[in-house]
Amino acid sequence: MRTPVFLALEIVAAVALFFCFRAFGNDYVFFAGYTVLQFIVLATAWNILGGYCGYVNFGSAGFFAIGAYTAVCLYTVGQSPEEIFPESLLGPMSWIFPLSVPTIMVIAGVIAGLVGLGTGYLTLRLRGVFFAIATLALAVVLQTLIVNWSFVGGSRGAYVIPPNTVPLLGPYIQYLFVLMLILVVVSLTLARLIERSRLGFGFATIRDDELAAEACGVPTLKLKLIATVLSGALMGMAGAPFPFYIGYTEPGSVFDLGYAVNTIAMPMIGGTTSWAGPLIGAVLLGTLQQVVTVTISSVANLLIVGLLLIGFVIVAPSGIVGLWDSFIRRAKR
Amino acid sequence: MDVSLLINAIIAGLLLGAFYAAVTAGISISFGMLDIVNIAHPAFIIVGSYIAYILNTTYGFDPILVSIVVLPAFYLLGAAIYQVYHVAFEIRGQESLRGLAFFFGLLFVTEVVLVLFFGVDYRSVDAAYIGANLPIGWGIEIPLRLLVPCITAIVMFAVLEIFLGRSFIGRAVMAVSQDPLALKLMAVDPTRIKRIAFGISIATASMAGAFLIIIQPVIPSVGRDYIGRIFAICVLGGLGSLPGTLIAALLLGVVESLTSTFYGPSWAPAVSFGILLLTLAVRPSGLLGR
Repeated sequence: MRTPVFLALEIVAAVALFFCFRAFGNDYVFFAGYTVLQFIVLATAWNILGGYCGYVNFGSAGFFAIGAYTAVCLYTVGQSPEEIFPESLLGPMSWIFPLSVPTIMVIAGVIAGLVGLGTGYLTLRLRGVFFAIATLALAVVLQTLIVNWSFVGGSRGAYVIPPNTVPLLGPYIQYLFVLMLILVVVSLTLARLIERSRLGFGFATIRDDELAAEACGVPTLKLKLIATVLSGALMGMAGAPFPFYIGYTEPGSVFDLGYAVNTIAMPMIGGTTSWAGPLIGAVLLGTLQQVVTVTISSVANLLIVGLLLIGFVIVAPSGIVGLWDSFIRRAKR
Repeated sequence: MDVSLLINAIIAGLLLGAFYAAVTAGISISFGMLDIVNIAHPAFIIVGSYIAYILNTTYGFDPILVSIVVLPAFYLLGAAIYQVYHVAFEIRGQESLRGLAFFFGLLFVTEVVLVLFFGVDYRSVDAAYIGANLPIGWGIEIPLRLLVPCITAIVMFAVLEIFLGRSFIGRAVMAVSQDPLALKLMAVDPTRIKRIAFGISIATASMAGAFLIIIQPVIPSVGRDYIGRIFAICVLGGLGSLPGTLIAALLLGVVESLTSTFYGPSWAPAVSFGILLLTLAVRPSGLLGR
């Protein structure tokens, strides 16, 4: 299937999903659906580095939080520009601020991408495991920085109060839902493009045998950095609308280890080699969690995710996509 | 600058550093010597803390004594986990991606199970030496709750170093990641050696857990703070070098203690990450690395 056709199909599916949800006539489905969409983006982003290159990123929560706190910061600036900028700058600044959510998402993506570049540059030259450990520690340090940064609320947290409605769409949550839906379409298209391009083949050589790839002249460090930046930027963009969604942002909820576990578990359960894996994993696991959180408890839902992750990596290392492939192969025989 | 404040901070840092060394000992063995990236290690430390807590509050046993008594149980747990890891990942050659995810899942599940059983309240233990101080003059006092774990940790470290350096099995452990084939030619099964070594590494978590709950109250999520710390120490010390680990741990303890004394405790977690990144960028082989 060619990319424009794939993109058109995705857009049709997205529009259909939106109007199906609207037909429910209840905003709760949008609140629940937003979380699942957010996880699709995070899982796809993680898979660009983790699944295609084989480098584990434990710091998804950190990149997500960079996005969320970029939004909090820009929102706070937009609320009272007269306290921050000198008199002379106030005129042009009132043109710029308050920023719209899509703009904030782009800025958040750039910042998260740069952080990914920095961390990657320092640690990706070494064995893969050092990168994994560095990302784990990165989340802790970013949390320390945020806790000590009173402008964005410190450990108290910060309120971001979105308007109740937006023109054309109605309720604000539907607006955020549409934004996230667009981001899902963008990241799935990007992942699929990478998979079929020279870049994707380069990534695959790194995953299979980095030493051999390096010896054959594949610029491994450059490719790894590209993957880290793309993956980090997408995670940051997924985090940017979060303060508007949740209303009250505090370090504990944004840096939740649950994000890191989910973003790893979803591609692992779905399958890491193709764009469909993270999508399947995120939809299944995300929906399951919404149901379990409502019917049992939020602790139980985390336990289920952890156990599924352990179970799948031991029993079915290629995930649902892998199981499906081998099923098809057996059926053909 | 107040001199006695500075000296107090350095002493507290050294005492804390010895405790960090005990926490890192297990990782030094599993990550440094066996090449198994056990990021779930802090979770086992917290399990050790909670076992010490249960037996201390119900029967009044000393936490360190409890941790020594349950050492064999932790050893068996470690050996069992290695067996699963070996069959599921090492044989298939999938340590780097799925093995890491496995340990990450283990870390997470342990934490959630502890939350389910004990909730998120801070738990602490009681012992005669907790709360007492040892005055040594000039306005300097050594808190016994730091001194007792420190001394026990150093003893544990010495025992480990002697065992690994002198005994046949210890030397085999040091050799196993370097050249498993040569080990096979000596009629030693590398898998068995790794199983023993991983068991020992998890066994150290039992004692580290007891030290932890003596030093500070514990909640299930506290283990996460130690991930950055222990890997920073392990890398800074040079992978697989126990003396290097001890030096690096003391160093980190002092730097952290000075940071929290002069800049505030909320900045302390950033220290270990700074040291980790700096080491990786400047000297990835660490202080005493080969």
